[in-house]
Amino acid sequence: MDLTFTAEQDAFRAEARAWLAAHVPTTPLPSMDTAEGFALHRAWERTLHDGGYAMVSWPVEYGGRGCNLIEWLIFEEEYWGAGAPGRVNQNGIFLLGPTLMEFGTSEQKARYLPTMARSEEVWAQGWSEPNAGSDMAAIRTSARLDGDHYVLNGQKTWCSRAAFADWIFCLVRTDPKSERHKGLSFILVPLATPGVRVRPIPQLDGETGFAEVFFDDARVPRANRLGEEHQGWKIAMATAGFERGLMLRSPARFQATARRLRALWKTRGSDADPALRDAVVRAWMDAEAYSLSTYATASRLLAGGTIGAEASLNKIFWSEMDVKMHETALALLGSDAGLLPPAAPGEAAGWLDGFLFSLAGPIYAGTNEIQRNVIAERVLGLPRD
Amino acid sequence: MRFAFEEEQLRFRDSVRGVLERVCSPAAVRAVWESDRAHDPARWRALAELGVLGLLVPERAGGLGLDEVSLVLPLEESGRAALPETVVDTAAVAAPLLAALDGWKDADAWLGRIAAGDTVVAVGCDPNPWVAGADAAELLLLVHAGEVHAVPRSHVQLERLPHLDGAQRLFRVGWTPAARTRVADAERGRALHAAAVDRGALACAAQLLGVGRRLIDEAVRYAKQREQFGHAIGSFQAIKHMLATAQVRLEFARPVVHRAAFAVAHESPTRNRDASHAKIVAAEAAALAARTALQVHGAIGYTWEVDLHVWMKRAWALETAWGTSGWHRARVAAAVLGEERHP
Repeated sequence: MDLTFTAEQDAFRAEARAWLAAHVPTTPLPSMDTAEGFALHRAWERTLHDGGYAMVSWPVEYGGRGCNLIEWLIFEEEYWGAGAPGRVNQNGIFLLGPTLMEFGTSEQKARYLPTMARSEEVWAQGWSEPNAGSDMAAIRTSARLDGDHYVLNGQKTWCSRAAFADWIFCLVRTDPKSERHKGLSFILVPLATPGVRVRPIPQLDGETGFAEVFFDDARVPRANRLGEEHQGWKIAMATAGFERGLMLRSPARFQATARRLRALWKTRGSDADPALRDAVVRAWMDAEAYSLSTYATASRLLAGGTIGAEASLNKIFWSEMDVKMHETALALLGSDAGLLPPAAPGEAAGWLDGFLFSLAGPIYAGTNEIQRNVIAERVLGLPRD
Repeated sequence: MRFAFEEEQLRFRDSVRGVLERVCSPAAVRAVWESDRAHDPARWRALAELGVLGLLVPERAGGLGLDEVSLVLPLEESGRAALPETVVDTAAVAAPLLAALDGWKDADAWLGRIAAGDTVVAVGCDPNPWVAGADAAELLLLVHAGEVHAVPRSHVQLERLPHLDGAQRLFRVGWTPAARTRVADAERGRALHAAAVDRGALACAAQLLGVGRRLIDEAVRYAKQREQFGHAIGSFQAIKHMLATAQVRLEFARPVVHRAAFAVAHESPTRNRDASHAKIVAAEAAALAARTALQVHGAIGYTWEVDLHVWMKRAWALETAWGTSGWHRARVAAAVLGEERHP
């Protein structure tokens, strides 16, 4: 065990810090779930890529920097510490990207990863359906093979970023006679395909962060299938592991929130409510615990270990922590908490949107109830019901 | 940066677990509840033979000369076994305190006897007022007005304080500081005292992880075997979700405790804060595991007839040893709210 950073790691940190200080937009970008904000976030991704920081943990040939997981964590600490924008292509770079690297053909990797790293192509996720939410194996959207194409019919919903994205990765039923998690395939679909219709859905914050996507005889080349036919469930579970596990929510993001909360306490806190002081300290402790846990996981993975069902522990921990931190911030803001710009005071910036977004955490990527089932059955070994 | 234990440390943990399963079964711990004495010389020597007691004793005095990172996993095992002996006070706190007493000629002799499992050394200082294992101790290290005193048991008056955890032996110690018992003056003593508190808190935190682990394991075992409505109760979501929540809390306390071990071992500037953070979250995790395990067991858990209460009561006892959670929260708050820039 050695919890100190090497000279090379310190140098990488300093280099990233200097680059970010020079390039991070000085005023926050508009929400990425608006047309204008989406375009600005995409432009920021291009800036990041040109600086060599878009996907530090990816191999150089796919537009990355070849960093290991510890260096990735260092970069994330600097990224969120610098107040840099959210990652508009997170469904692509953190979920589909690692899945492609594990299951894609070399042609697919060369085709999709570099454009993903530059965010020339922004990805949406198409898994949930109106009747397949927590029960994802109930997916009914079909893909029938017709020559060199799949013909897609059905409906996906809660597709994050689909309102403005270019592509969507879908889990669809390729074997019409199959049931449950058998007979599904993982297919990559350009949202501009004829027969694909996107209906944006306003979220709790009023912005169209996700959408319904309808498929009506939409033809997609067979080459767009990732992995083997009917093996989509296995691939999707790997993606879900990335989603719940290490990549999607790096600890640095929550450590940055905990520091902002401490700053808010210093301007808005009062001895009249010591419970809020405790909650601010608790936020720091939780974010620290999550960071330490992630360094331990990264060390294990670097030594050849794997991340399995324990990813569900992470997802519960960060999502519940995020809600608590934002609830604390709103309590510190008191009657200013619900004010929108321009009425909201400067120090309120981001907290209300952050609170609303935090409430999605226990729902997406598999609800926390599903995660608890996974922990009980696959970590603790309790019987299935 | 490599946040992982060495293979050797993991093997050592496994051998400690194996020996404790033999010499410290639940039946053995329950026997301590019924007995006058908690300290079992044979069990103590078994720990010495493994190297646990001399792990922090310098090699010059017959120990292994290792650090807290190597000790933290064996301490978890001692919690998992609900070990009655004062491994926290003697091996984790007294040994390094004695090792740092340069100038006291008897220190190495005591260290050698600790490593050999021949003696118990108890420790009394704020914020740990009740001295554990003082009846079995030959020497007490006591702090008075910043000074550290090494006091033979024959020179103190002990008042046994009956405790909820029947395997604990806690005492109020009456004594009179004298020049001949002083082994560190106030200036040196303050640093030694601070280090002792960090080590005590860290060691209790490690034990709490083991206690919490055992409580969840016992509850899982029971939930698989107990049937109601024609099914094992562990197949019901109400039970699953409670246990999963307890597991989350425990798994996120673990790296905090392990980091504190590194910080204490390497005298990191943040070691006070880190040891306190560890103590707080380990105590919370163990308390939640205790509540959960009791609820999963139902009425049978609310009896002395199953072993469960042995670990529940240890969880509650450790929560107040070497600083209550409130004391440690105040210390973390001062450190965190006083800090400026990241990271």
